[in-house]
Formats: sequence, structure tokens, C-alpha cells
Amino acid sequence: MTLAVQFTGVSRVFGEVKAVDRVSIDIQDGEFFSMLGPSGSGKTTCLRLIAGFEQPSAGSIRIHGEEAVGLAPYQRDVNTVFQDYALFPHMNVLDNVAYGLKVKGVAKGERYVRAEETLALVALDGYGARKPAQLSGGQRQRVALARALVNRPRVLLLDEPLGALDLKLREQMQGELKKLQRQLGITFIFVTHDQTEALSMSDRVAVFNKGRIEQVDSPRNLYMKPATAFVAEFVGTSNVLRGALAQRLTGQALPFSIRPEHIRFADDQPLASGELEVSGLLHDIQYQGAATRYEIQLENGQNLSVSQANDQWQAGAPTFQPGQAVTARWARAAMVALQDLAPGEGH
Amino acid sequence: MRSNTPSSERASWGLKLAAWAGLLFLHFPILIIFIYAFNTEDAAFSFPPQGFTLHWFSVAFARVDVLEAIKLSLQIACLATLIALVLGTLAAAALYRRDFFGKEGISLLLILPIALPGIVTGLALLAAFKTLDIEPGIFTIVVGHATFCVVIVYNNVIARFRRTSYSLIEASMDLGADGWQTFRYIILPNLGSALLAGGMLAFALSFDEIIVTTFTAGHERTLPLWLLNQLSRPRDVPVTNVVAMSVMLVTMIPILGAYYLTKGGESVAGSGGK
Amino acid sequence: MEASLKSRTRQPAHGPLHRLANLLYRKPNLYLALLLVPPLLWFGAIYFGSLLTLLWQGLYTFDDYSMMVTPELTLDNLIALFRPANYDIILRTLSMAIAVSLASALLAFPIAYYMARHTTGKTKAFFYIAVMMPMWASYIVKAYAWTLLLAKGGVAQWFVDQLGLAPTLQLILSIPGVGGSTLSTSHLGRFLVFVYIWLPFMILPIQAALERLPPSLLQASADLGARPWQTFVQVILPLSIPGIAAGSIFTFSLTLGDFIVPQLVGPPGFFIGSMVYVQQGAVGNMPMAAAFTLVPIVLIAIYLSIVKRLGAFDAL
Repeated sequence: MTLAVQFTGVSRVFGEVKAVDRVSIDIQDGEFFSMLGPSGSGKTTCLRLIAGFEQPSAGSIRIHGEEAVGLAPYQRDVNTVFQDYALFPHMNVLDNVAYGLKVKGVAKGERYVRAEETLALVALDGYGARKPAQLSGGQRQRVALARALVNRPRVLLLDEPLGALDLKLREQMQGELKKLQRQLGITFIFVTHDQTEALSMSDRVAVFNKGRIEQVDSPRNLYMKPATAFVAEFVGTSNVLRGALAQRLTGQALPFSIRPEHIRFADDQPLASGELEVSGLLHDIQYQGAATRYEIQLENGQNLSVSQANDQWQAGAPTFQPGQAVTARWARAAMVALQDLAPGEGH
Repeated sequence: MRSNTPSSERASWGLKLAAWAGLLFLHFPILIIFIYAFNTEDAAFSFPPQGFTLHWFSVAFARVDVLEAIKLSLQIACLATLIALVLGTLAAAALYRRDFFGKEGISLLLILPIALPGIVTGLALLAAFKTLDIEPGIFTIVVGHATFCVVIVYNNVIARFRRTSYSLIEASMDLGADGWQTFRYIILPNLGSALLAGGMLAFALSFDEIIVTTFTAGHERTLPLWLLNQLSRPRDVPVTNVVAMSVMLVTMIPILGAYYLTKGGESVAGSGGK
Repeated sequence: MEASLKSRTRQPAHGPLHRLANLLYRKPNLYLALLLVPPLLWFGAIYFGSLLTLLWQGLYTFDDYSMMVTPELTLDNLIALFRPANYDIILRTLSMAIAVSLASALLAFPIAYYMARHTTGKTKAFFYIAVMMPMWASYIVKAYAWTLLLAKGGVAQWFVDQLGLAPTLQLILSIPGVGGSTLSTSHLGRFLVFVYIWLPFMILPIQAALERLPPSLLQASADLGARPWQTFVQVILPLSIPGIAAGSIFTFSLTLGDFIVPQLVGPPGFFIGSMVYVQQGAVGNMPMAAAFTLVPIVLIAIYLSIVKRLGAFDAL
């Protein structure tokens, strides 16, 4: 399989700020690849480097094997769906979608036929005569998608395209985007700060922090085997235990992560082999519907979150009260050792 | 847009009266000009007017000096507007996005001709023309007018640039349009009405300007200079009135046009909605 | 697959315009320089050069007997500005500029306030146009209209007579420093014309400043127990100061440099503008005229530094 996009030691510096710092990624042809990270982590800059809106300060970017550094956006076989959609306000929907064909010199008749086809792909056939201002947010988003697909790019870049939509619409569009990607078989590179979105749609996810990549992996591995404390805490919720506590529990100085839902409260049974336990003071209980979250203050002052599924429909009243001393247990195997990072670094 | 503006505090009668009286104050003298243009009397300022006639229009527009002045003013306004459109657009394109050393200084320099009193600009240009042995005439008037018209175009165009999302340009290039195609299909159409509005305002400003012109005109007589000269000739009042009304119309109509061209601009182009 | 990318990469730049546009896209600094050259040439060479010439010529010598200008440098012209006669001119102009600015602010505020807070939709547009039109309408014609209004037997006098206010007017006109023999030759008349002509320049910045005031701010003030006049004094007025200051830049600077209105309406006595005009024209003393233009420049610079503190530049 060929690589759709390959970053080798790419940096982008704005004045003093290293927006992207020595990043190397291999994105496979035909995969749904997400770049996940908080704002300012460098994910959008990476996308803009692929599109050609920025040029790297150092490193090499290959698109389908071809060196892209120095090429203008209009010389690259990639297209972008913009965060603010960037629909041309003076053109109707059909002309917006046909624009990419027009500037390549495709004859009028053919480009309108192809634009109509692409509009049908996003279920907007018949909307061609409208102006962007006459469409709803969700419809504009589809037009932006159709416009970027009309050139049949081999790589489609999506810059937080669902950010402006409300929750229901966003979930619906996530499904449609995934379906579209499978149907077209082209590489999607999707930038988002929403970890649920990234996990549910992607084949692989790159987690960005401070201009660097913390981990590139499948959604399942990212969640189950986070490589760093940042990934553990940014993707889902995690307890990262460090220092003397980690040393006492594992015999190693490395920090480790344990997911709240993998922790249970101690019952009357003795500690099973391969299990650990800690005790502390329960100081907060949050009822969250499908689960209940318990916050425990450990002896060394660190906080431990425990999540218990409310999967018994006839469950009675909660058995715990804030202020109560509790003991929590988890399987040694559920813990993930994290790369050595100084406390406080990362998140 | 208008639905949830709070009308909670009702305007007191005093405020309402003051506001409308203010508007009346602003328009009353203009109204007077319109009334007097149709006055039958031929030598006095007496009020109320004695009767209605269109006679003075035919008299005024048959006069060679009036027609010459109108022609000259139109020529100058067109040339000055043209120069202002080019320079103002270039300056706006250069200044709206990138930061560079001296940017503040340049924008200050552009505003200076309308921030300083007209006598300063006028006399400065005259001093320079004299030093360079340039004979005052149409050319010197146009140079003066273009200088203070640039900022009008600049303001209109840079406002439009700022309202136009930069991602439109990126989107165009992303879809395969090169620099020229992006300019031709995206930037120019989006700029069009701002250019037209700026041009109209610049035209109105130039057509009416008198202070800088006084210094740069030499022996040429633009319409405002002709009018000023008329004020010391009480015998010619009816012709003056008719010309005054026409000048008023020529300067006011472009304002309306410019207003309608730029009013829809509250939302950002490219992500706009209602 | 490789081939398709190759063909895109080598997309031909048809025609010189395309090639130029693409070159400029790749070289943003060149692009910026090309954009800047024409306006910079015009403003740097023509305009700024002229200003420097003017200031330089203010140092030339004018011979009173031969009426000739010689390029010998002297400070005499600048010193002459402080002669009592010239000092009077400056003071007269300055006090008029201040009076006009104050009166414009007073008159403009209710209009701007009503526009910003009590009109919506069509009415707001109507008010906006109704202020814009007189602002842009021909300056010389507006001045002319006032000569018609204030003339003997003109509109103003007709109204005064109809309302039986003639004795009151006489009384006002007899006040020294304000009055004059008739309305059209009085300080009051000249003041009225100035206020009229520059009023719209004051209304729009105030309106813009008030428009930016979020309604929730006023509701918060009321919610915290302020009576309407307290809200006005404590919240609205302080927040409209930048707008007033911005408007006053126009009224102040435009009055300071004017020489047409003083020539048409009001008592004899030079303004700075008329002095410049006469020195340059009738007298032919360019150095003195140039020196005189320094006065408004310096006064405006001082004024700008004051109003900058009031936030006027943010409200422009």
C-alpha cells in the first residue's frame, strides 16, 4: 500500500512559537486519519501544511510519494473542507461546487453535470440555484463537502468541519462522513479537538500536544494503551498515578494510568491475586445517567476517579455517602505504564 | 436582526423632539436651496418666495461659464476618482492582512490629507508646484483631489477585505485556482460594490472640494470656485441658486448609492447568515 | 497514479497574467512591495514632499519693500506669529473651534442617542441617511444656503418677525463678542454656520459609540438599582466619551482651517485660514503663509494628544 501523506521531521515556526515541532507521520492511502489535540497543539497547522497554505520551516512532506514542499495549494491533489465552510457568497451553490472544475478549464456543460452529481452525493440535489446565505448550517457544510469532492482529490482534508453544528446534526454527519469515505475510498484527514468524534470515525488517530505527536494509533489502542500521561488524560478520562504511590503499587518509578471504569469498590472478599487496592476518602459523587462517578481522595492527596456502570435497572439507592472511607481495587493487568514524563508535564 | 433589540426604555418626548428637531435643523437650509431655485424673483433673498418658475434653469444651463465649470469639475472628479481607486485599493490590499515595519506610519500618512486642514494640504502642494515650476491647472487640481480621495477608497476597500473571510482565498486556491484566477473570480467580485461605493464617495468629495482647490487651481475655475465667486455678485442670484441646487444633487446622490451598496455588509462574507 | 499527480504539478501557467500572479503568490514580500510602491510614491514623494517644502519655505525671507521672497533662512516668520495682531487671529480661531466643538457635541448627543437606542430597522436607516446626506452634501452650497438664511429680509428674519422675537434678537446681537450689527455679520451667525456644517461629523461617531454599548450593560445597571439618570451619568456618558472625542477631532480641525465661512458670514477680522489665504494670494508672502499653517498643525497635534487619552482613536 502506498502512503497518501508522509511527514518527515516537519517543523513550522511562527516567530518564536514552534507550532509544529519535528513531526513525522505516515498516513496510509484510503484511511480515515484524525488529528486530535487541544487548540494550539499544531494539528490545524499540519493540515494547512498538507494543503499548501503554509510551507514548513524544516522537513519534508510527500503527497503520494511526490515531494510537496514548495508547491502552491493549486498544484496539489488535495482539497479542503474549511471550518467556516468558506463558501463563495457571490456564487450560487452549483457554481460553488463547479468552481474547482471551472478553474481547471472543464467545459461548462460537463462541469455542471459533474457538480450536480456531486451534490447528489451529499443529498443536496436540487439546491444548486440557492445562494449559500439561504442554506442552513448543515446544508452549507454539505455544500463545502461537495465542493471539495468535485475535483476527485486523492486526499480530502477536513478542518473541524462539524464544529459549528449542534450535537444531533453532528452525530448524524459523523456517520455520513464515514460512509462517504468508505464509498469513495479516498484518504480523509480529519482535524478535531473532540476525542469522541475522533475515536468513533477514524481508522487511526494522531494525538497532538504542543506541536508534537504524542501517539499515533487505532482508537482502541489509544484508549486501552495510552503511551503518555497526556494521551491517557486527553482521550477519555484517566487516573494517572505517579511518584511514591506508583512506586509502592507497582514497584516501579514510572507513572501509570488506570481508567475509572476499570476500578471497583472492595467487597468482603479478600484481595484476589493480580489485584491491587488503595483506600481513601470519598468526597464527591456525580450521577451521570449510564454511570456514576465517585471521586476519592487518596492518602497521599492524589485524586482517584471511579466509574461504576448503572447497568442494573432495578438498582436501589446508592450505598455510599460522601465523607465515607472506601477501598478501591483493580486488576494489575488493567494498568498501563506510561512513558516517563515529569509530573505536571503534559496536561 | 431587528427582533430582539430591546425597546424596553421608551424614548421620552423631550428626546424624541430633540432628535427630530435636529434632523430638521440639518435639512432646513438644504430645503431652502431647493425652494429658492424655483423662485420667480430675480435679485433678492426675500422670504417667503414670490412664485414658482423653471425659467432660471434654462438661463443657468445656457451660460457658457456655468457649463465650462461643470465640465471641468466633472473631468477633475473622474480623474481624481480613478487615481484614488487604484492607489486606495493597492494600499488596502497591502495593509489589511500582513504586519510589517512602518505599517502604522503608512496608514497615518493616508489619513493625513483629511486630518489636516485643507489649507495645509493646499498650500503645501502649491509650494511644491511652485518650487518645481509646475504651472497650476487641471493637472495640479487632480493631484490635490486624488491625494485626499485615496483614503475614502482605502477605507471602503479595507473594510470589505476585513469582512471577507481569508479562507475564501484559500478555498479558491485549494480548488485549483491560481493567483490570477482567484483574483478574477473571487477577490474582484467580492470587492466590486466596495470599489463602486468608494469611487462614488470620492467623486462626490472631489466634485465639491473648494479649499485645496483654491490653492491649486491657478486660473481654472471649478464649479465650487465659480459658486464662491458668484456670492459676491448679487445680480446673478437666480442662476447661482439653480447651480447650487444642482451641485447639491450631484453630491448627495452618490451618497445614497454608496449607502445602498455597502449596507448589507454586517455579516462576514463566506460564513454569512441571516 | 504517479502520472496524474505529475500532470497536476506541471499545470501550465497560461499567459503572462497567470505567471505574474503565481510568481507574486510565491514571493509574498515582492507582492507586498509591488502593492506598496504606487501609494508610497504618491504619498511619500508628492504629499509628504510637499509638506516638507511648505515647512522649509516657512523659513524663507520675505522682503517687505521689494515684495520678493529670497531663500535665506530666518526664524522671523515664526517669531512674527506671536505678534499681538497675529496672536489675536489665532485666539479668535481657536476659541471659535472650541465653541463650535462644544455646541456640536451638545446638539449631536440627543440625536445620536435617539438613533442608537430608540430606532430599529427602517427608522434607523432613515436617520442614518438623513445625517449622512447633509454631511456629504456640497460644503460651498451649505455655506451659501446660510447666507440666504441670514441675509437681511431673508428666512431667519422672517421667522423672527413672525414670532415677534425681533427685540430679543436685537438684545442678543448687542452683546459684545457674540453679536454684530446684523445676523449675517455677527459672531453668532458665523458660529451657527460652523455648527451646522460640522454637526453631522459629530453625530455619527457618538452614534457609533452608543451603538456598541450592549443593552445588557444598561440592564445590569438598572438591575443593580440605578435609576435611569444614574445609569446615564454613570454608564452611558462615560462610554460615549470616545465617540464625542472622535467627533470633536473633525469639528475642531475643520473649523480651525476654514477660510470660506469667515469670509461669507460674520464680522470682519481674520481667521487663521483667511490669513494664510491672503498672505499667499494678495500679499504674495509665501513664507508667512507657510509659517501660519504651522499653527493649525501644532494646535491639532496638541488636540489629538489630548483626545487620544479619551480613547478617540478607537472610536474613529
